[in-house]
Amino acid sequence: MKSPEFDYIKVRSVEHALSLLASHGDETRVLAGGQSLLPALNMRLSEPSLLIDIGGIDALRGIQVTQNALRIGALTTHTDIENSALVAQHTPLLKLAVGHIAHRAIRNSGTWGGSIANADPAAEWPCCLLALDGTVIAQGPQGERRMAAADFFTGLYTTDLRDDEILLACDIPLAQRDDWFAFQELARRHGDYAIAGLAMHLHFAGPVVQSARLSWLGLNSTTLRSRQTEALLVGKPLDAVTLELVAASLREELDPIADLTNTGATKKHLATVLARRLLTQANATRQSVAT
Amino acid sequence: MAELQTIRLHVNGQAHTCSVPPRLHLVDMLRDELGLKGSHLGCEHGVCGACTVEVEGLADFPDARALQDSFVKHNALQCGFCTPGMLLAARELIQHKPDATREEVREWMSGNYCRCTGYHAIVDAVCEVLAQRHQESAA
Repeated sequence: MKSPEFDYIKVRSVEHALSLLASHGDETRVLAGGQSLLPALNMRLSEPSLLIDIGGIDALRGIQVTQNALRIGALTTHTDIENSALVAQHTPLLKLAVGHIAHRAIRNSGTWGGSIANADPAAEWPCCLLALDGTVIAQGPQGERRMAAADFFTGLYTTDLRDDEILLACDIPLAQRDDWFAFQELARRHGDYAIAGLAMHLHFAGPVVQSARLSWLGLNSTTLRSRQTEALLVGKPLDAVTLELVAASLREELDPIADLTNTGATKKHLATVLARRLLTQANATRQSVAT
Repeated sequence: MAELQTIRLHVNGQAHTCSVPPRLHLVDMLRDELGLKGSHLGCEHGVCGACTVEVEGLADFPDARALQDSFVKHNALQCGFCTPGMLLAARELIQHKPDATREEVREWMSGNYCRCTGYHAIVDAVCEVLAQRHQESAA
């Protein structure tokens, strides 16, 4: 299907984009890589009267190390992240996750900021940003605003970003020694929407977990952390006893919503499968570090 | 009615200036305005990869020529609808990942659907070009 008609303005500055957002209100949509927005238009799920194309604002592109964070500009593509040595060194979780994002042609156009602002509950980047405790930086008429990932994703395709704001970049804390990251998802075919996915960030003291973040995608209307299970992991080695405790805790804590082909109970089971796999992997890595 | 936009573009070395509605996709422009029917339009929502542009410009490049020959040799097409997109995806692969394994070829090509061949012949064809290029660079 073809999209409904819309007007189009390609802006060269954030200020121009903000003034258009202010004057046109909710009839507009901001266009970045277009890999979610354009399909939505073609399927007539969205009918904005004006697209504001921010793709020409070069200041929003790129990856750099700031004082204690990796800053990823909103227009950085998934392929840029896939190819980045800085990402591999400082935020290895993103490197582990990027191959799960759709397919190469889509990764060549789709952007980091687009994925974060779109807040698809099955998308990889919101889930990773939450696991990494990152920060979203936005600009509005009143200036810049920083939002913690933990407060940013508020519901189905819904974030704390205001209608008159543009997402500029995200800051992600740099990986430390004794950090451990893993990402895995279960999908019917590679590149499809995941039935369940897990981004894991553990920090170890010797063989014992010192802090844990387990961030999920595909389970509910938004990406979310399982904080009860995270707390349970603290101070424990990743032995068989802990794995059983984690599985039991997740069964109690998670409450996934069914999709077209999978019941909530199936998703809950698959979540425990993912957690067991990643924790087993973490334990093996730590054992090899210890010996 | 949305305001028409004037765009200037170079297609296969030729300059064009056109007035187009903003919703017009590049692939529709190439097919309907410029008469270049090589790029195909499949799902129109980024799933099948058929609309990857622009296959008419490829024949002059040796790597693309080698891919086309290998596709023919391996029967890597039947109806041919997906082939332009397959060739363009494969060309990006051999340029960026000359050492790709068969598994990596499969992963790379996974964004392009084919409803005829069952994919093995396509993967065979791409792998053969990768192997040829290794032999050439070794010689």
